Amino acid sequence: MANSERTPGVVAGRLQREALAENFADLHEPFDAHEALVAADRCYFCYDAPCINACPTSIDIPLFIRQIQAGQPASAAKTIFDQNILGGMCARVCPTETLCEEACVREAAEGKPVEIGRLQRFATDTVMATGAHPYARAAGTGKRIAVVGAGPAGLACAHRLAMKGHDVVMFDAREKPGGLNEYGIASYKTVDAFAQAEVAWLMQIGGIKLETGHRLGHEIMLEELQDEFDAVFLGVGLAGVNALRAEGEGHAHVRDAVDFIAELRQASDVSTVPVGRDVVVIGGGMTAVDAAVQSKLLGAEHVTIVYRRPRDRMSASEYEQQLATSKGVRIITGAAPVRLAGGEHVTGIELAYTHDGPDGLTTTAETFMLKADQVLKAIGQHLDGAPGAMALDGGKIAVDGPGRTSVDGVWAGGDCATGGDDLTVTAVAEGRDAAEDIHATLMS
Amino acid sequence: MADLTSDFIGIKSPNPFWLASAPPTDKEYNVRRAFEAGWGGVVWKTLGEAGPPIVNVNGPRYGVVYGADRRVLGINNIELITDRPLEVNLKEITRVKKDFPDRALVTSIMVPCEEQAWKDILPRVEDTGCDGIELNFGCPHGMSERGMGSAVGQVPEYIQMVAEWCKEHTDLPVIVKLTPNITDIRYPARAAKAGGADAVSLINTVSSITSVNLDTMSPEPSIDGKGSHGGYCGPAVKPIALNMVAEIARDPETAGLPISGIGGVTTWRDAAEFLALGAGNVQVCTAAMVYGFGIIKELTAGLSAWMDEKGYSSVAEVTGRAVPNVTDWQYLNLNYITKARIDQDACIKCGRCYAACEDTSHQAIEMKEGRVFEVIDAECVACNLCVDVCPVEGCITMEELDPGVIDARTGKPVEADYGNWTTHPNNPATRAAE
Repeated sequence: MANSERTPGVVAGRLQREALAENFADLHEPFDAHEALVAADRCYFCYDAPCINACPTSIDIPLFIRQIQAGQPASAAKTIFDQNILGGMCARVCPTETLCEEACVREAAEGKPVEIGRLQRFATDTVMATGAHPYARAAGTGKRIAVVGAGPAGLACAHRLAMKGHDVVMFDAREKPGGLNEYGIASYKTVDAFAQAEVAWLMQIGGIKLETGHRLGHEIMLEELQDEFDAVFLGVGLAGVNALRAEGEGHAHVRDAVDFIAELRQASDVSTVPVGRDVVVIGGGMTAVDAAVQSKLLGAEHVTIVYRRPRDRMSASEYEQQLATSKGVRIITGAAPVRLAGGEHVTGIELAYTHDGPDGLTTTAETFMLKADQVLKAIGQHLDGAPGAMALDGGKIAVDGPGRTSVDGVWAGGDCATGGDDLTVTAVAEGRDAAEDIHATLMS
Repeated sequence: MADLTSDFIGIKSPNPFWLASAPPTDKEYNVRRAFEAGWGGVVWKTLGEAGPPIVNVNGPRYGVVYGADRRVLGINNIELITDRPLEVNLKEITRVKKDFPDRALVTSIMVPCEEQAWKDILPRVEDTGCDGIELNFGCPHGMSERGMGSAVGQVPEYIQMVAEWCKEHTDLPVIVKLTPNITDIRYPARAAKAGGADAVSLINTVSSITSVNLDTMSPEPSIDGKGSHGGYCGPAVKPIALNMVAEIARDPETAGLPISGIGGVTTWRDAAEFLALGAGNVQVCTAAMVYGFGIIKELTAGLSAWMDEKGYSSVAEVTGRAVPNVTDWQYLNLNYITKARIDQDACIKCGRCYAACEDTSHQAIEMKEGRVFEVIDAECVACNLCVDVCPVEGCITMEELDPGVIDARTGKPVEADYGNWTTHPNNPATRAAE
């Protein structure tokens, strides 16, 4: 008998294929040409536009929108890629509601910003659909650079370096390049294997050699890279997942949300991905929302996000929170896990209400139980083993200016380094800026 | 409720909105639909001589200029006068007028500049029972190459001559439709009056090329790779039309000559503006072509509501209200001094005022910390550009300085008295007179 939303335990195939296909389709339908023109017409071409300042990669947004208005989406895409070579992915995954679109003056005027994200996708998709790559490499410099991590930071760094004529070897621990773009983002944000298509398109620049299955500290060592290459860029992300430190964490079906998300992304058929009937997600960020929403979309009957602080402290944007609740996810705030109940596998989670006082966040004596046959932990990630004798700050690689670490000849960017929000777009900016600094340093 | 009934040179209609002589009035079917929708009158699409009718192109005949979201700002056309036989049109006019006796039905005519041609057609038109005739001296394309349309309208002597023939050979009221493709609209208007015309109507379309196909290098609308200039109409030409209407209304030689206002009337407000500048009624074409005849309900309801609000009881009371305030530049009060004021609560911080002023005007807006935009009175010449480019209505306004207040730009107090260029010390003519 087929499984349903009410089947107990962690099982696959709770929904019919058609329902799953619909649930995991594009979250935001792409604009067609007419819709893009209508949306583009709303841009005021502001002076020193607030949206540009709100974009971590400082894309000249009014310019690219004007280029769409003027009938040249390919030129618009070039404007975007000049600043952000992963503009296609960022158009899909950026929390625009807290970046460019929040700053849009039409948000102030009408509560309805210009749809910058979708316009960016329209422009970048136009170019990527042709397969053409709009950049050519400069003459070879003879310099060799190792880029560790093929996520957003590493890809942006490698592309910029290759464009300037350097030879790049890009290492990644996983089987596929892309980092969180490939393994860590909700499926409905990047349909049709976009992350891989984007990497392939980006690699057309030439001069980048990709080595997958190479994990820093295992297959490759920083010291060796330093010896072999003229410079090293670290964009290794945060591979370690924070533990709950609650009793019973070892029960079966208690797992890291990032693994669940990765499994979903890598599944060729989402109907094979098992999910609980009563899923509890612990955390308040994008990962928590991505895991919770996708659990619901897979057919879990009840999905609850539990966050220990008040709602307004959740790092998931208000838009993401609303997306979750609109899909039927319940959000409980001000409660923290104290114990996971169960035998062979988890059956419930005991939560204590919290109190945010002068001594910080403390749990109160008042507790309650939630039924749970699957618990997904999304309370943050950390650097998985600091490489070498590198100075850290708050558990991340300390960087100065454009990604300079405490070690000469080694740069870092993206989630593993200090500074900036842990966003794809921030990682791109940091990778790009580090590349510029590496180039300037090597060529001086 | 305001009375919208209209009496234009003796031609009565239930409202002052007529459809202009154009594609929407080409045949009985369309005109019946227009009257059923509530239009006050129709100027039937221009009739030509008896005999084989003219032919139109068989490719596209309209070009367009769009605003945001494909909103039509202007259309140009290369359609000629009616391409249906004269007899057919006359029969249809007769039938429609019989069925809609309360509506205005005016027949537009364009025949060669020979008295016999007019003498032949006028009695036949008169027999339809229509209310008047409009002489098409305006079309700038096609017919003008054959010595008709704007080719007549550009020569005041011809206008007067043909108007005289018409007044002699028919008792119907005669309206002369004027072309804007001329330097000074007052000359053809004066000629129409001198020829005895009962009224003028304006503007006809403006000679135009709307766009060029950059692949085929052909103007649009393109006919087998070639294009010909067309006649431009719609909201884009309204400012040109308003000025020409006002020029005629305030010209002492033509003052009082009834005017039928045409050119981009799209909403009731446009109509009210034409009336205020001296039009006795208005004619509409492009708006109907873009949105259909249903807009008449907004036009009539809107005009009526506005007249009620302002206390005007009849259309005639509105006609010409703004004409006394249309003057020459030299009589504008140079002692009227205003400064731009930005409402910080309404400001959405787009900075368009700043870009416009800083790059193209007088550097009179300061951009402060936090994108706060403020006017520098010492630099502001009150040009109004910031008001015009601000996307928020009412956010930037012009504030009049009271007499005695020091104008920070000139350092001088605002004078209480009216003073214009004719008496200004910088005027060479003033000095010469000393």
